[in-house]
Amino acid sequence: MTSEITKVTTHLSPNEQLIFERSQKGRIGYRLPPLDVEEMSLDKLIPRNFQRDDDLESMPEVSEVDVIRHFVRMSTWNYSIDLGMYPLGSCTMKYNSRLNERVARIPGFANLHPLTDERDSQGALQVIYELQQHLIEITGLPEISLQPAAGAHGEMTGIMIIRAFLDARDGEAASKRRTMLIPDSAHGTNPASAHLSGFSVKTIKSTSEGLTDLDHLRELCAHGDVAGLMLTNPNTLGLFERNIQEICQIVHAAGGLVYMDGANMNALVGVARPGDMGVDVIHLNLHKTFSTPHGGGGPGSGPCCCTKALAPFLPVPRIVKSGESYRLDYDQPQSIGRVKAFFGNYGMMLRALSYILTHGNDGLREATEAAVLNSRYIAKGLTGTYEKPFNSPPMHEVVFTDKLQARKGVHTLDIAKRLIDYGFHPMTIYFPLIVQGAMLIEPTESVGRQELDQFIAAMKMIAGEALENPELVLTAPHTTRIGRLDEAAAARKPVLRWKPKAKADAA
Amino acid sequence: MANVPEDLHYSKDHEWVRVEGDSAVIGITDYAQDSLGDVVYVELPKTGEKFSANESFGSVESVKAVSEVFTPVSGEVGKINETLADEPEKVNTDPYGDGWMIRVRMSSPGEVDSLLTAAEYEDFTKAETE
Amino acid sequence: MRYIPNSPVERAEMLAAIGLGSAEELFDSIPETLRLRGLLNTPAALSEIELLSRFEEMAARNAGARRTTFLGAGAYSHYIPTIVDHIISRSEFFTAYTPYQPEISQGTLQTIFEFQTLVCQLTGMEVANASMYDGSTGLAEAVLMSERVTRRSKIVASTSVHPEYLEVVKTYVQHAGIDLELIEFDDETGQAGATLAAAIDDETAAVVVQSPNFFGCVEDLTTLADAAHARGALLVVAITEAISLGLLKPPGACGADIVVAEGQSFGVPLSFGGPYVGLFATREKYARQIPGRLVGEAYDKQGRRGFVLTLATREQHIRREKATSNICTNEGLIALAATVYLETMGRRGIQEVAQQCLQKTAYASQRIAQLPGFSLPFSGPRFNEFVVRGPIAASDLLSRLAGEKEIEGGIALSRFFPDLKSDFLVCVTETNTRAQIDALIEALTSLFANKTAGTQP
Repeated sequence: MTSEITKVTTHLSPNEQLIFERSQKGRIGYRLPPLDVEEMSLDKLIPRNFQRDDDLESMPEVSEVDVIRHFVRMSTWNYSIDLGMYPLGSCTMKYNSRLNERVARIPGFANLHPLTDERDSQGALQVIYELQQHLIEITGLPEISLQPAAGAHGEMTGIMIIRAFLDARDGEAASKRRTMLIPDSAHGTNPASAHLSGFSVKTIKSTSEGLTDLDHLRELCAHGDVAGLMLTNPNTLGLFERNIQEICQIVHAAGGLVYMDGANMNALVGVARPGDMGVDVIHLNLHKTFSTPHGGGGPGSGPCCCTKALAPFLPVPRIVKSGESYRLDYDQPQSIGRVKAFFGNYGMMLRALSYILTHGNDGLREATEAAVLNSRYIAKGLTGTYEKPFNSPPMHEVVFTDKLQARKGVHTLDIAKRLIDYGFHPMTIYFPLIVQGAMLIEPTESVGRQELDQFIAAMKMIAGEALENPELVLTAPHTTRIGRLDEAAAARKPVLRWKPKAKADAA
Repeated sequence: MANVPEDLHYSKDHEWVRVEGDSAVIGITDYAQDSLGDVVYVELPKTGEKFSANESFGSVESVKAVSEVFTPVSGEVGKINETLADEPEKVNTDPYGDGWMIRVRMSSPGEVDSLLTAAEYEDFTKAETE
Repeated sequence: MRYIPNSPVERAEMLAAIGLGSAEELFDSIPETLRLRGLLNTPAALSEIELLSRFEEMAARNAGARRTTFLGAGAYSHYIPTIVDHIISRSEFFTAYTPYQPEISQGTLQTIFEFQTLVCQLTGMEVANASMYDGSTGLAEAVLMSERVTRRSKIVASTSVHPEYLEVVKTYVQHAGIDLELIEFDDETGQAGATLAAAIDDETAAVVVQSPNFFGCVEDLTTLADAAHARGALLVVAITEAISLGLLKPPGACGADIVVAEGQSFGVPLSFGGPYVGLFATREKYARQIPGRLVGEAYDKQGRRGFVLTLATREQHIRREKATSNICTNEGLIALAATVYLETMGRRGIQEVAQQCLQKTAYASQRIAQLPGFSLPFSGPRFNEFVVRGPIAASDLLSRLAGEKEIEGGIALSRFFPDLKSDFLVCVTETNTRAQIDALIEALTSLFANKTAGTQP
């Protein structure tokens, strides 16, 4: 195998190397003003054995033009929301507004140090406070922390709060209550987060309709060791748990609490509220429902909202209003503590507040309606072409399987890769785990009818190819810069960084 | 159709046991390696570690999945297959031979009798796929 | 609503096409009693003009953002080259998803691979991940990882580690069966001191130290590494001012086992505390225990090189409750900003920024030390932060500097250490000019230097 990319087109763009392979000794990409104080001897300031002695060898030396071309070329290899739809279930890939980006860059926010005295950061604190109020209104839960930096982080926070509440309420007896119930359709962060709080996990079955099995829930709750239930509503199959109030009652009667994974809030904003359903604590994903950009893998923001009973356990500091000014409240003796330095991913809070104000309360409802409508439209368009395992009308996302295509040896992965040739990013594949060959599709409200029709047409074409020309699908994608990568080899002998040639040969 | 050698014993967790005197050689079955896909890493215990029957002694990783492996019999680990560190794919290519994982000095040899025979294991896997 | 492509007319047609009479029917599976009757009690929609006006008004009330600043303590003012924001604002980078489909995410994947490499080069470690949320949560994850690797449950940490970082570690370990022991720093040198190494025993999973530490002092990492390894424990090094790596001996060369750093100094705006980016690096032999995402090199059937998310079986979506962490979304775009910054500044620039920070800090600290009533209580070598002891309560002193001289002079240590009433932490970077430093000295002189040391207001 060669590590040189052979020219595959007439332009350098697809062949852009690593920056280290571009680097040329002596190239410069910056200029600082000259040092304007008297220079002292380095050895007088830092003992010799604490100084770096490798002159940062092997770090890149490139010009500014190199940097621009390098990154712009690589950017052309990416699909992105600005290019087209991402039908990724569970991800809510909606439009990332440019206005939000402008707001986040206002110097009065961008240049503000987090440890600035409260007196001189009132505007910044007001943003946090206002966003808190709006998210409280949207979720129907009266208390909130914006400190968690991502959904999984907010989830960890929520579960820790449950643990702290139970320990305070039950004292010694709480040590018997260490089971967290999780649906078999749950996202992987759920059990991982439960584990971080010292809970063990038991799985609840789903009914053939795809909803939580109430009998199984009652059975598990009868053991008396249930700390709580983690669920997503609508669930990861895109179906609304219509028995949600009864579910919450069963868990509460057994002495437990209900945690809701807010990943699917895009089906609920302005229509229904988790607080009204009986949920005790929820996390939100600002990078999903509230359009803050995915950035190739973050940053996110995962606020945690809860009932008044759980509020004493929220992370510190709390941002509160006192008369006309905003304050940091550290006086929360029962708090679980900090989950992050400073206040959270503040830049994402600015964007989310801008989103809420740009939409307005009618726009928020409109977005939810449009999101569910788009999903329903795709559901109708693909029924019959792909197996739809559940009959109930889906909310903002719908799941199909590869059952009809698998007969000819074409599986979900292949369909996903072939969809790339039609110009779309693939949908979520093999999730949720309880559906074999799952394809979870969530268009969001940000897709126009023409593009939905194109997507449906592409999926129908692929279904046809799966029957008539399966080889074409099995070896897809054909139109990308590189083909399917050998991930097994990559995992057996991982190469996780570039090394200079001499070191690489020696290794 | 997965390969199921006659002379071995099997567990419902898809491990096989080959009895050699008072020792048991253990690995995962052809059916198991096929479900997992290309194996990229095998986590094994240290020699001298003791396990009870049905306890997890390690794990097998493919690109997209990881599965714990359970010992069907109790005992102390006498030897581990160190070649799997560099060539984990042996679990795929030769699950009953070069893909063996651990050799255990059995503390209760009678446990082997409650394992499945080749025929029983074959029926078991057929039922699972339906 | 202009972000929703389908007009009300089109949506009505689509509803008809799927056999529904109204949008309300889309929510039939939600019990009537749960459905909201009217609109949410949130504001009506604002136009761009109105919205920007509202945010500008709030921004204007952040006086701290306009002043000359000498604030550090975990968030630093460094110059961000124009090119950084321009590149991270490209649609293909900031509106892209996590690179789970490598064929159409090579832009993101290759930049992460470069990021991982740069982190290894700077820290002197063998393998680095695709980022953590920030330095503080990275440190907490490093502590959890130490427990996994050594199977021991005691952690020994110095109180010279950033107090907020220690708070986060405490939160993370509270149910993990980990015993966190805090060792008081040496109040003469400002460093961790010999008591830290002395506290390591055969139950210790890791010893945790920060360098430069919260007080700006550089620690002797090599001695600590030897002490830790002698007892089978790991050395975990935290770094809040990552630009120090341009000048100081990297923790990897000193024997560190895990290095976590806050990468905000690399082209990331202060932004009132976030989003930032956590750097996480360790030895190759621990690669399978690392939390977070990893990008590795891979080849397709034609032998073309590409990059792919790898060793995913450590992660939550596969290993679920046995995962090395629950982290999913990390700080992708911020890691990209750091990557662009580091490649733009490059080998020479990173060193020059570090040198200027060091020299300007020396200039400032020496002059402040000479002012009557002022002293530098800690004797340890420093990089770009130092503690000043003044003649009056630091919070009042800093308040006057801000209100009367429009200078953010430092951070009162009493915020974190209530007994250190007169001490404040000053940070100087390449962005502080000689004129600004002289103005700070002048302000301290005219406002306070005529008071006798120890006088309370």
